[in-house]
Amino acid sequence: MEKENPPLPPLQSVTLRINGKEQRLELAPWTSLLDALREHLHLTGTKKGCDHGQCGACTVLIDGKRINSCLTLAMMQEDKEITTIEGLAKDGELHPVQQAFIDHDAFQCGYCTPGQICSVIGLVNEGKAKTLADIRDLMSGNVCRCGAYVNIVKVVQEALERSEAK
Amino acid sequence: MRPFTYTRATDVNSAVQEITRHEKAKFVAGGTNLLDLMKIDVMAPQHLVDITRIALKTIEETADGGLRLGALVTNNDTAYHEQVEKRYPLLSHAILAGATGQLRNMATDGGNLLQRTRCYYFYDTQTPCNKREPGSGCSAIKGYNRDLAILGTSEHCIATHPSDMCVALAALEASINVTGPNGDRVIPIADFHRLPGDTPHIDTNLQEDEIITSIDLPAKGFAEHYTYLKLRDRASYAFAIISVAAALDMDGDTIKEARIALGGVAHKPWRKPAAEAMLQGQQATRENFQKVAEAYLEGAKGYGDNDFKIELAKRAIVRALEQAFNKEGAA
Amino acid sequence: MKTDQIGKERNRVDGKAKVTGEAKYAAEFDAEKLAYGVVVSSGIAKGKIKRIDTSKALALDGVLQVFTHENRPGYMWLDKNYKDDDAPPGSPFRPLYDSEVQFSMQPIALVVAETFELARYAAMLVEVEYEEAEHDTDFESNLEQAYEPKEYKATEPPKPRGDVDQALAEASARIEETYTHPAEHHNPMEMHASTAVWEGDGKLTVYDKIQGVQNSQQYIASAFGMSKDEVRVISPFVGGAFGSGLRPQYQLFLAVLAARELQRSVRVVMTRQQMFSFGHRPKTLQRFKLGADTGGKLQALQQEVYGETSKFEDYSEDVVLWPGVLYPCDNTKLTHKLVALDVYTPLDMRAPGGTTGIYALECAIDELAYKAGIDPLEFRKKNYSEKDQNEDKPFSSKELRECYRQGADKFGWAKRRMEPRSMKEGHQLIGWGFAQGAWEANQAEASAKAVLSKEGKLTVSSATADIGTGTYTVMTQIAAEALGLPLEDVTFKLGDSDLPKAPLEGGSKTVATVGSAVKKACEQVQEKLLKLAQQQPDSPLAEAKLEEVDFSEGKISLKRDASKSVQLQDLLEQSDNGSLEGEVSTKPSDESKEYARYAHSAVFAEVKVDEDLGTVKVTRLVTAVAGGRIVNPKTARSQILGGMVWGMGVALHEHTVMDNNLGRFINHDLDKYHVPVNADVQEMEVIFVEEKDEVVNPLGVKGLGEIGVVGVAPAIANAIFHATGKRVRELPITMDKLL
Repeated sequence: MEKENPPLPPLQSVTLRINGKEQRLELAPWTSLLDALREHLHLTGTKKGCDHGQCGACTVLIDGKRINSCLTLAMMQEDKEITTIEGLAKDGELHPVQQAFIDHDAFQCGYCTPGQICSVIGLVNEGKAKTLADIRDLMSGNVCRCGAYVNIVKVVQEALERSEAK
Repeated sequence: MRPFTYTRATDVNSAVQEITRHEKAKFVAGGTNLLDLMKIDVMAPQHLVDITRIALKTIEETADGGLRLGALVTNNDTAYHEQVEKRYPLLSHAILAGATGQLRNMATDGGNLLQRTRCYYFYDTQTPCNKREPGSGCSAIKGYNRDLAILGTSEHCIATHPSDMCVALAALEASINVTGPNGDRVIPIADFHRLPGDTPHIDTNLQEDEIITSIDLPAKGFAEHYTYLKLRDRASYAFAIISVAAALDMDGDTIKEARIALGGVAHKPWRKPAAEAMLQGQQATRENFQKVAEAYLEGAKGYGDNDFKIELAKRAIVRALEQAFNKEGAA
Repeated sequence: MKTDQIGKERNRVDGKAKVTGEAKYAAEFDAEKLAYGVVVSSGIAKGKIKRIDTSKALALDGVLQVFTHENRPGYMWLDKNYKDDDAPPGSPFRPLYDSEVQFSMQPIALVVAETFELARYAAMLVEVEYEEAEHDTDFESNLEQAYEPKEYKATEPPKPRGDVDQALAEASARIEETYTHPAEHHNPMEMHASTAVWEGDGKLTVYDKIQGVQNSQQYIASAFGMSKDEVRVISPFVGGAFGSGLRPQYQLFLAVLAARELQRSVRVVMTRQQMFSFGHRPKTLQRFKLGADTGGKLQALQQEVYGETSKFEDYSEDVVLWPGVLYPCDNTKLTHKLVALDVYTPLDMRAPGGTTGIYALECAIDELAYKAGIDPLEFRKKNYSEKDQNEDKPFSSKELRECYRQGADKFGWAKRRMEPRSMKEGHQLIGWGFAQGAWEANQAEASAKAVLSKEGKLTVSSATADIGTGTYTVMTQIAAEALGLPLEDVTFKLGDSDLPKAPLEGGSKTVATVGSAVKKACEQVQEKLLKLAQQQPDSPLAEAKLEEVDFSEGKISLKRDASKSVQLQDLLEQSDNGSLEGEVSTKPSDESKEYARYAHSAVFAEVKVDEDLGTVKVTRLVTAVAGGRIVNPKTARSQILGGMVWGMGVALHEHTVMDNNLGRFINHDLDKYHVPVNADVQEMEVIFVEEKDEVVNPLGVKGLGEIGVVGVAPAIANAIFHATGKRVRELPITMDKLL
């Protein structure tokens, strides 16, 4: 069969700044930030759990704010500072929130974990969680099917204390 | 997702030019609902105009003492804005009752107004849905309709509007500033969203080539006696089964003015000023609240699974008014 | 047994990989020239595909192929070729087999393209015309057609005992009630995915989301007529499964099919919506008749179960097993019939049968206790089973009474007032509920290999899985304990079909099963080490038997005189071949089969229910577990906490809704299918009571994956009754049911 060529999205040049490093990609507009990270840059630490903003597994930080990377286009995030789970450990040393996840056993299968960790860091940056109820509500955008919530809350409490001590 | 082209607009005029220039074009800002729907082929624009770089990101006082929310201010930045928290806590609470920290960091105030329904059938392209595909039929009316509308429905559609923010905006009588090829205009929130009628595919009175630039909040914020009560199937990250934005202006124990807006019950935030007026000059008693609740739900119609929402909405109104009177905010 | 490792709180050994994003799941392995497959799902529930037009999809640049029943290669066709280790009796679903549609969202085509986005778009262009047939998805209206299957997938219902009708007639307290449990979907956070890597020469390496790599390997080999040497299945990390990975799912078949045909590596990932297109916890209706005498002793128990299955396989689960385990009663009648519908075959979902059966049983018992005017916990104490009446066997161990005691103390149950609606705080009605639970403590056959290197590093392996349960960690602990090594010196490998044979990871049996094999493999190494030690001139251990020595802190020493010891490192350096190996298969002992082996739980719940609005909050949950020896209290607690969250989901949230007009599950995403979120979870406590069990398996352990779930939903339901005075007998208990 002879192939016709219906208009496919044209590739465009995109420069993303991820974990402090500039990454130049040729992408079609229809590539989400999440798919750009996972499929184009092989940064698979950011997870796809639903692809529709219904689970939070794809949470990354944009200029320090947590967002769902599945619901934004890679093109839209040019000129932003994108931080993924791969960018948190510094010089081989885990970010305190990463270490706290291990210490409090705040995960089981680990699939929602990178998103949870980014979300905790974003929550601390927001500075709006004052009570236990706040923490639980503000962490509700990250579904954990293994049900590690009790331990995740401990991690957040600790992270908030640490940030207050600073 | 179908193929589309992508450009960026840097100011309102170029945005309007871009949207007129391209066939089947849409603005994208937060993207939280649009990209979601594009992935499952419910929406299929051929061009996206990225408006996130336009300077509509400030919250400022208006000349008449109100507050102007830039259309591109994120939901979180709005809810956490000092002036909003202080003067319009009802709005702040309503926004925070919706979605999640992540989504609110993306979603913009303008985009929130344009959220599409969460009806199961609208989201499933394999099923008939008049909103998605006019004339294909409504699967919900005789199907599963537990979450769907009880007020203002039509034989073509019983979808609800999913926003929490808009419910508060309705109670506060906000107005929406828009710009189009023919210039600027102001749409009162009450006229912004439509009832389904026989055009359920049209959600709002915003024209395809118009852009929302800001939302004006009137000076009166009901910061003392207010509540946003949201009933949902889990404690967070769920759309409302019923929500009530209630605001009272009190003179001692006498009600000077009452505002009640319902979410989760209709194709738009539901106001009934005539029923609200019943409380004017009255005492804040449970009996009076119950009378208003009855009046609010007059003409409500259940479709089987959602019959309970009629009674639940009445009870929610009463509770919300009590909480507002008792200054219990979002308790 | 000494305890350097076992019984100690340990961080997960795979923790660092998981918190840094380094842990790779099935869809995250890269391959050269990887192509992407997207599945097209059927829009109807039953009928035939009259026409499927793929031309528009194929016309796109970069679309490699669209596979349908029309162009699929002629592979195997017999049912037996598609049977997997967890297949129920019947005829397994064969993807793209013919034009027939057997259930809604059935995979009917696979679009393969150079990029994911392109495959997704092309899938939208596949045009399908159906010849629709009338579907049958309405459970209630098909109850009359329910049947007893020729063969039960699960345990056959126990034979009737005594005379239920007469005992009911004579009972002084009676209840007769019906309980409904909806269909639910597993919804692990990771969507089902397979990356089939084309290795050339017809060989494949497949990264699959599965609870048993050898099940996938066997399935692929058999369905595609390949030899097992030609397909290797790898699955180091599984992003949750809860049963969804017990059977190979269709993305595996499709990825392999495409990779073989295109001779290219192909990845297929289901969408979240498609996660509702295969196995699920079946909708179940249970009719209970219970009777007790004036002393509150249970005299009659009838449980009549109707469970959903598909039209092509007879799925059943252990719903009627629990009365015989939990309550002594001489007059019982237990039946389990199936209602076949045009749906995909149900599939074991965390605590299959127990979640459903114990929920209804424990609510019914609560109702009977109220009828008899006896405190619900007291009622359980009066009716405490000392043996399993299903099989007439004693329990290998059962510290459930201790669970009652410690759980009640922690919760403050003694302060409870019997009458409903007796506690209130503002608009919130407060209720306290109780339920108990049990889950099988099985052991299956498994193999493991242990290799101790010259450098003193121990590598142990078995083809089992870690689906978040902590397998990596506890196996490492068991092995480290056996040879007295620090955890850092031990590596446990799993999730590779090349490794020694292990069964599916399911049924809370992995620690008992694989752990026993690991222990024994390490014991072989111990024997070899001891022999080496004894070959030394003037060996201080010359006459010692294996049971007389300790392996601890890198030494072998005499138990009675620790000063007599040999350093492992010295032995290894002397060893000729450099490393020492042990490889074994283990199976349950004959002695253990003489006993009924169960873990038990006691669950206490506090709820607050809004008197006007019907909203429910579970404010406190206490679970006391008698689960044998706890290998790692830290991960064990997490597992029970997770089970409690699941129980809460069962009680209050989860429900896949069938639209019978369309024959389709309609709330098929995570927006509309609710699982609990962080804000739903308030105070939760876990207690492990001490339980010694010398019989159950060599480690004395009982699985914990499921015992945490089973008692929670009934405890919450009973608490809601206590709060409101209203019995809701249809799950989930949502606000509309409490108005």
